[in-house]
Amino acid sequence: MPTVSVKRDLLFRALGRTYTDEEFDELCFEFGLELDEITSEKEIISKEQGDEKAEGASDVILYKIDVPANRYDLLCLEGLVRGLQVFKERIKAPRYKRIKPNNGQIQRLIITEETVQVRPYAVAAVLRNIKFSKARYDSFIELQEKLHQNICRKRALVAIGTHDLDTISGPFTYTARTPSDIKFKALNQTKEHTACELMDLYKTDNHLKHFLHIIENKPLYPVIYDSNGVVLSMPPIINGDHSKITLKTRNVFIECTGTDLTKAKIVLDVIVTMFSEYCEKQFTVEAAEVIYPNGKSYLYPELAYRKEMVKADLINKQIGISETPASLAKLLTRMYLKSEVIGDGNQIEIEIPPTRADIIHACDIVEDAAIAYGYNNIQMTIPKTYTIANQLPLNKLTELLRHDLAAAGFTETLTFALCSQEDIADKLGMDISATKAVHIANPKTAEFQVARTTLLPGLLKTIAANRKMPLPLKLFEISDIVLKDSSKDVGARNHRHLCAVYYNKNPGFEVIHGLLDRIMQLLDVPFGEDKGYVIKAAEGSAFFPGRCAEVFAKGQSVGKLGVLHPDVITKFELTMPCSALEINVEPFL
Amino acid sequence: MGPAASARPSRPSSRSGSMTGRVRFQWMIPHFSYKEIWEQKAKHFFQDHTESNRGGGSKWWGFVPHSRWRIPGPRFSGLRSFRFRHVPSHLHGADMADGPVAQLLLQRLASCDGGLDSLELSSALGLEHQVVVGAVKSLQALGEVIEAELRSTQRWELTPEGQETAQDGSHEARVFHSLPPEGLVQSELMRLPSGKVGFSKAMSNKWIRIDKNAPGGPRVFRAVDNVEDLVQAKLQLVQDGEAERLSEKERNELKKRKLLSEVTLKTYWVSKGSAFSTSISKQEAELSPEMISSGSWRDVKFKAYNFSSKGVLPEGGHLHPLMKVRTQFRQIFLEMGFTEMPTDNFIESSFWNFDALFQPQQHPARDQHDTFFLKDPAEALDFPMDYVERVKRTHSRGGYGSQGYKYDWKLEEAQKNLLRTHTTAASARALYRLAQQKPFSPAKYFSIDRVFRNETLDATHLAEFHQIEGVVADYDLTLGHLMGILKEFFTKLGITHLRFKPAYNPYTEPSMEVFSYHQGLKKWVEVGNSGVFRPEMLLPMGLPEGVSVIAWGLSLERPTMIKYGINNIRELVGHKVNLQMVYDSPLCRLDT
Repeated sequence: MPTVSVKRDLLFRALGRTYTDEEFDELCFEFGLELDEITSEKEIISKEQGDEKAEGASDVILYKIDVPANRYDLLCLEGLVRGLQVFKERIKAPRYKRIKPNNGQIQRLIITEETVQVRPYAVAAVLRNIKFSKARYDSFIELQEKLHQNICRKRALVAIGTHDLDTISGPFTYTARTPSDIKFKALNQTKEHTACELMDLYKTDNHLKHFLHIIENKPLYPVIYDSNGVVLSMPPIINGDHSKITLKTRNVFIECTGTDLTKAKIVLDVIVTMFSEYCEKQFTVEAAEVIYPNGKSYLYPELAYRKEMVKADLINKQIGISETPASLAKLLTRMYLKSEVIGDGNQIEIEIPPTRADIIHACDIVEDAAIAYGYNNIQMTIPKTYTIANQLPLNKLTELLRHDLAAAGFTETLTFALCSQEDIADKLGMDISATKAVHIANPKTAEFQVARTTLLPGLLKTIAANRKMPLPLKLFEISDIVLKDSSKDVGARNHRHLCAVYYNKNPGFEVIHGLLDRIMQLLDVPFGEDKGYVIKAAEGSAFFPGRCAEVFAKGQSVGKLGVLHPDVITKFELTMPCSALEINVEPFL
Repeated sequence: MGPAASARPSRPSSRSGSMTGRVRFQWMIPHFSYKEIWEQKAKHFFQDHTESNRGGGSKWWGFVPHSRWRIPGPRFSGLRSFRFRHVPSHLHGADMADGPVAQLLLQRLASCDGGLDSLELSSALGLEHQVVVGAVKSLQALGEVIEAELRSTQRWELTPEGQETAQDGSHEARVFHSLPPEGLVQSELMRLPSGKVGFSKAMSNKWIRIDKNAPGGPRVFRAVDNVEDLVQAKLQLVQDGEAERLSEKERNELKKRKLLSEVTLKTYWVSKGSAFSTSISKQEAELSPEMISSGSWRDVKFKAYNFSSKGVLPEGGHLHPLMKVRTQFRQIFLEMGFTEMPTDNFIESSFWNFDALFQPQQHPARDQHDTFFLKDPAEALDFPMDYVERVKRTHSRGGYGSQGYKYDWKLEEAQKNLLRTHTTAASARALYRLAQQKPFSPAKYFSIDRVFRNETLDATHLAEFHQIEGVVADYDLTLGHLMGILKEFFTKLGITHLRFKPAYNPYTEPSMEVFSYHQGLKKWVEVGNSGVFRPEMLLPMGLPEGVSVIAWGLSLERPTMIKYGINNIRELVGHKVNLQMVYDSPLCRLDT
């Protein structure tokens, strides 16, 4: 969930009133936001870097507000205020308009064919006669940052470039070139670099290094030039210094390039709807023309308003309320969805503005009606759904066995399903290739290399972490292990295993053996061949030679028991003899 | 076993702390689990009984060298408790309370004012002090017959060498006296028992002199006519109990010479108790089969039980607290008529984990940073292809009343295997199966099982945890129904103050987070997440229009940590668990 930080006093000024922290928290809760933290720049710096660094930092109070991940229109102060003011019916939702430039000279962005290989889409728009202040400027930059982090998927899907239009001249060309051919003065650099040099330079940049991978290995890098060959930007990495916007910038050229056109359009719509508030003609956005290699041209931003029809009955039925259509329309209007009752009086026509890209289905409209109605005002009822409960047989058996194993003097452990290769192979005297383990592709540490194929390592690690406990230690676990299995759709499946260990000054094979007998008694499996159970001498890499037996039950091998090999004991950092039993419980269902 | 265990004769508790003070009547096992007692039992069989009673350093009454003084620890008493439980006739003091020493003690006590010191009594009776202490203990065990106050004092005692010195004189004096007027060859002198030490001391006292040029080797002569053996005199003072007449310096000097040692003396000041009597009838510790058959129990006086002490914990295994909570959650769902879903596949395809839930392929949750993907087996190969087609269409182009996400949906992305990030993947499979059953019949499902996240680990986050999920599928379910069922569910958990906050989940709409007012924290805390599954998820599965599916989820660990007051999740889940915590954890009763 993205967190937006806004200056409290600016927020209150924009809302036209002040709130206590509790009141504002309450308002957020009702609207589906969360006032996550009340802090200041000073406090943040002092927390992260110590009091000394915080010296002199601003102590203006900041509200950190958690915004739902699909509400891109609430990612800046401007949007938050607009959303809340409409919700509280203090203002009407503004109507956003795309306009043609006065002089008829529309800004054009020409896309060349080469971009197809790297980043094929681009959209653009102009904010004309905008007035920045320090706060507005900061918010403008911050919004781009938030969008980059969220909907833009860290610039992989979309990257935004904003430019002082008065420093450049169109038409602009969006193309892709070999990195060594791209040379320009990047934002805040003192001299020109080639694209290769920049990529090197930014490897150590804490902010930019995260985006380099997006184009790093591509033969061509995307780049936007103006008609004089000035580089506007090298998306998705960096803008040119030449066209950077300042507090004095009056006309902003915005380009969004990306690999996902839908998202690029949403991002552009969000930026221009939020900041057209500061244009001379409020909420108007000057169109730009984007021409694709195939010659087709499109006007952006789209700023599309879409109409949806939803029956009042449906809304009432899905929420569990009985409001009149008019009242529902009013509720929806408060959610920035201008609505009116039409037709036979049961139909509600809802206008979805360009800011609400999250509304893709009637259920999204229903939710907004419910939020405006107030979740906590909805009458709670118990569904009449009548069903007979069933337990999963495997889990039912597990539950029964657990209780009786505890009654037999063994204590239950709960160990991790993920572990290192070493745990399930080397430490048990096996080669990893001999296991049917599934392997994790992206483990952050060795602890998460594989899913366990046996419960034994977890139990032995539990003993190792509890060596101070009085002996003997008698532990068990009934849980799932994972093995590759080509008969399953995903190529692997769980098996429910039961593992028990006895750790003491003596190996206590008879204890573990006795436990097996008890388990079989509990499972009503008699001693003997055929339909009963027997144990037969066997070998196992984890076991001491001559002290290992295989358990056969109902005509199949179900597991092993024995005295652990001293090497296994040592590798798990243990010092005492230990006997163990591990069986699959599925055959006993 | 409680009262039986309580019947032990009391011992001074380790908590009597200071060396003096009233001896408390307390048996010291409460802090120890049966495990520890078990261990002691094992030890018991291997140890000589006398070792713990009277042997070497662990003798706990009488004189113990200061530096080694140890108050008997709990393990010690654990051992005793065990032994007494099994060998009641050894019940400490049972045979001694009416023994001759105890009788003597009582008689002396009867005829004196105030009280007696156990040490004085022992010297008066010519007995070992520990014998008297034994009698005191046995009388104490009878109840209020006597009162005994534990006192400890520091005391100086002669070492064996000191005793020898007190009797025969110091080494230097002995050397002096052994010298004939004509002197002695030094090498010969050195062969005397006191030679070496005595020579150097006598030299430094200037009692003797040496003539190195004497014929036949260096020769030692007396340097004075008479000597006064102060060392002997001082030691004799100590022997007479007048150590305090020596200065600190003098005592330390003798201590340095290993002639004196400082010991802590533990004695009892014994006085008459409220039930004082000189005639003690023998009290029985326990009822025996013989007493029952002979009826002798009618005439026997039984020792009082000490009900303020704790009993011996039973031997047995224990269930893990998190699993105990899991059992309760299963129980709650079963009480509410929910059927358990199969969740026995930690490995899941991206398709069931994400795509089936209408979670777009560019969603951040599908990032390497959040999800464990598999290297082997890297992809799932088997899908219901007609369903996959519908899912693909809904994502990329919409349908079922949806705009869709309008992106290029790729099967390869859906095939990627992963460790399921939520059990909602299992719910998706269950709902798909439900959709294939015609005609549709309403269902209530639940599951509790492990899920995996490639997250940064901290005190409250692990890479794997348990998710609890409940799902209801029926015609015409409303948001009010979801809230109603959540209310019932949380009431069973003992959580009654609920509040619902609008939220965003990719696969539910409307979505609501469930908050509960936490009395301890004095604030609203999130206890679960819930919502109505999106039509874009349900309709491609083939569920009839008009069927709504409401669902909620929460983690098993969080309520367990709150329930059992655990702050660090590693103490609860995984091999670093503290087994003592497992042994000691109470029942899981969520609604109390």
